[in-house]
Amino acid sequence: MNTVSMISDAMNLSETKVLPVTETISGSQAIIKSLLAEGVSQIFGYPGGAIMPTYDALMDFENQLEHILVRHEQGAVHAAQGYARASGDVGVCIATSGPGATNLITGIADAYLDSTPLVCITGQVFAHLLGTDAFQEIDILDISMPVTKWNYKVTQASEIPAAIAKAFYVAKSGRPGPVLIDITKNAQVESLDFVYQVCRNLSSYQPYPRPNQMALAQAASLINSAKKPLVLFGQGVILGSADTEFLKFAERIGAPLASTVLGLSAIPTDHPQYVGMLGMHGNYAPNKLTNECDVLIAVGMRFDDRVTSNLEFYAKQAQVVHFEIDPSEVNKNVHADVAVIGDVKQTLPELMKQLDSNEHLAWMTEFNELHQVETKKIIQQDLSPNTKEINMAEVIGGLNDLHENPIVVTDVGQHQMVACRYAEFEKTRSLITSGGLGTMGFCLPAAIGAKFACPDRPVVGIVGDGGVQMTIQELGVLMQHKLPVKVIILNNQFLGMVRQWQELYFDKRYAATKMNNPNFGMIADGYGIANHQVTDREELASALKVMMDHPGAYVLEVMVAQQDNVFPIITPGASVADMNLGPLDINTNTEEHEERVDG
Amino acid sequence: MVENYNFAVFSNDQAGILNRITAVFSRVNLNIEALSVCESEQSGVFRHSVQVRCEHATALRLSKQLERQIEVIKAEFQVDDDMIQQEVALYKIASKSMLEQTLTEQIIHRHHARILSMNSEYTVIEKTGKRDESQALFDDLSVIGVLEFVRSGPVSISKPMANDAMSSDMSFFKQHATCDADH
Repeated sequence: MNTVSMISDAMNLSETKVLPVTETISGSQAIIKSLLAEGVSQIFGYPGGAIMPTYDALMDFENQLEHILVRHEQGAVHAAQGYARASGDVGVCIATSGPGATNLITGIADAYLDSTPLVCITGQVFAHLLGTDAFQEIDILDISMPVTKWNYKVTQASEIPAAIAKAFYVAKSGRPGPVLIDITKNAQVESLDFVYQVCRNLSSYQPYPRPNQMALAQAASLINSAKKPLVLFGQGVILGSADTEFLKFAERIGAPLASTVLGLSAIPTDHPQYVGMLGMHGNYAPNKLTNECDVLIAVGMRFDDRVTSNLEFYAKQAQVVHFEIDPSEVNKNVHADVAVIGDVKQTLPELMKQLDSNEHLAWMTEFNELHQVETKKIIQQDLSPNTKEINMAEVIGGLNDLHENPIVVTDVGQHQMVACRYAEFEKTRSLITSGGLGTMGFCLPAAIGAKFACPDRPVVGIVGDGGVQMTIQELGVLMQHKLPVKVIILNNQFLGMVRQWQELYFDKRYAATKMNNPNFGMIADGYGIANHQVTDREELASALKVMMDHPGAYVLEVMVAQQDNVFPIITPGASVADMNLGPLDINTNTEEHEERVDG
Repeated sequence: MVENYNFAVFSNDQAGILNRITAVFSRVNLNIEALSVCESEQSGVFRHSVQVRCEHATALRLSKQLERQIEVIKAEFQVDDDMIQQEVALYKIASKSMLEQTLTEQIIHRHHARILSMNSEYTVIEKTGKRDESQALFDDLSVIGVLEFVRSGPVSISKPMANDAMSSDMSFFKQHATCDADH
């Protein structure tokens, strides 16, 4: 039988010189043993008919493989994402066929866009029932195809070890991504001669392209001669564990450093060369000066439209050097004058050999001056408002003041942008947020996953009143596992970001954004989770302290201004250089209103 | 400029890979004009020939997105001028008319077509050639009455020698293709 070699050419068992010890076990046991062989110790999931044999086998391995029962499969996949992004390891989730599998899709799509390594295992009906519309049969392979890096249907037990080995290899190598393995019930109950071999290469897959030496030389020459270089860094630095290499490179060339949303925390926020966040709600200086730099150096980022805004007006004056692991990202949105394809952990040190030491003091001063403008017009008011109501930003400021260096996990919307703008980071992998897909409901389960991955670090979820209600049932996991995750609900009783767009771009017609919310404290009480509601500014600092000092899970609801907006903003369709610093700056005659925003 | 692009996508033999390949095109709302799949000169490697009409920049982007698929070894594309193309067309007509009209024989002869199968009820005619040639035969046969008509869609092979035949070392190709994609 040839199935093993069909899955992975690296798994040609007959060639193994010393034949590993095989044992005859069930497919379900093989699934568990394969996970253990990959070093997995925690998985997130929800049982159901087609995956029951695997859950049954799990009981025999409880001491080695902890299963965390979520309250909805979407929670399982987001938790696996949070786990992966906090730890750098592959996150694993498991669900049954049909609805169990389809409920994973949003999280898989999220992981696909944010390059998060996941292995998702779904049960499937018996192989002989495939295609018969059997109970809970759905073709999850086809459904998940556009949002997985790779997926595979296992229909016989003998395929299991090779399929799982390949899944882990594909998920974590190169540009990481989610993988789904669909395993029919007969494959789980049949037996096989089990032997596990880690997958290390695939002939059709080149995860780490070797950098082109000529491109490296061209990049070095451009960077050396730049008068106004600007470095944009993204999650590639974090995913490649290249923060040290990146900092050495950045300090050598002395250029200002700006982060994408997903790049945040790759370098400490207080680094002297750090000039802030890029994009629609990013900082004024790096956005505006994108259109004044002479060499734009993009490191592990993909020029998302939220970063570039209108491409016709994006950095047209600059020579672009793009360091990127995924060749399909080069020249996708922004033309690269020089593209260095490869893992930045490898390319940056090679580049260093050819780089001159430099500093750009006058150029840095331009950033500082614009930052002063932003401080005066926005940041000061955000962090120390003279309004009666509490601002979202001052909650983040209060959290910074405690210097606990938490992993910050956000949901999607206004609070997300405020957290990204104001949270201060010391360590890498300290911000977990849904960047590409913008998935509301991400925060709570992702925070759970992050806490399981990093039990020694404080984990603070920052979530809106809208997003928290999308996955609020996962409070049950905090209860069951006594997991000390801190959840700050920034409650403005609106789907705030959509409301902001309605105010700015839709003639203040507030369609379906006002929310009548439940008593979040009573909900937390229902789960036995300590909680508190803050309405007065005077109370805020002490309430945050109480929350962080509390030994267990905690829900802190902060009532914030209903009509608050996130500024600055780049109006959709405008240039990055035309950032609006406040409501008076807004030109409401925009061409482009069709984009989706979330609350 | 929108042109006809002929993609040759080489992949491993795995269920579902065709969907992954076609989805790269359908995602950007491109209609696939022609599609054929066969085992390539390299055993175990499948060649998906896909024809679409798009801009060069789109073709370039899509080829990289195709190569991004784990099971895809290599994706290349060429415009019509760089390809030699052929397609097969089959025509079914009633045999009665065949016997009665020498006209039919003349048409077949004129178009360099041939009779593939014949019995008392029907006759199947085969024509290999370019699209306009098979269309011309269809138009002429329509006078007699065509009961059924099917065209394979073009299969194409590249003219230049630059792209050497598939090496036995597939990983070489992927490395080569990805690194040099932009230089």
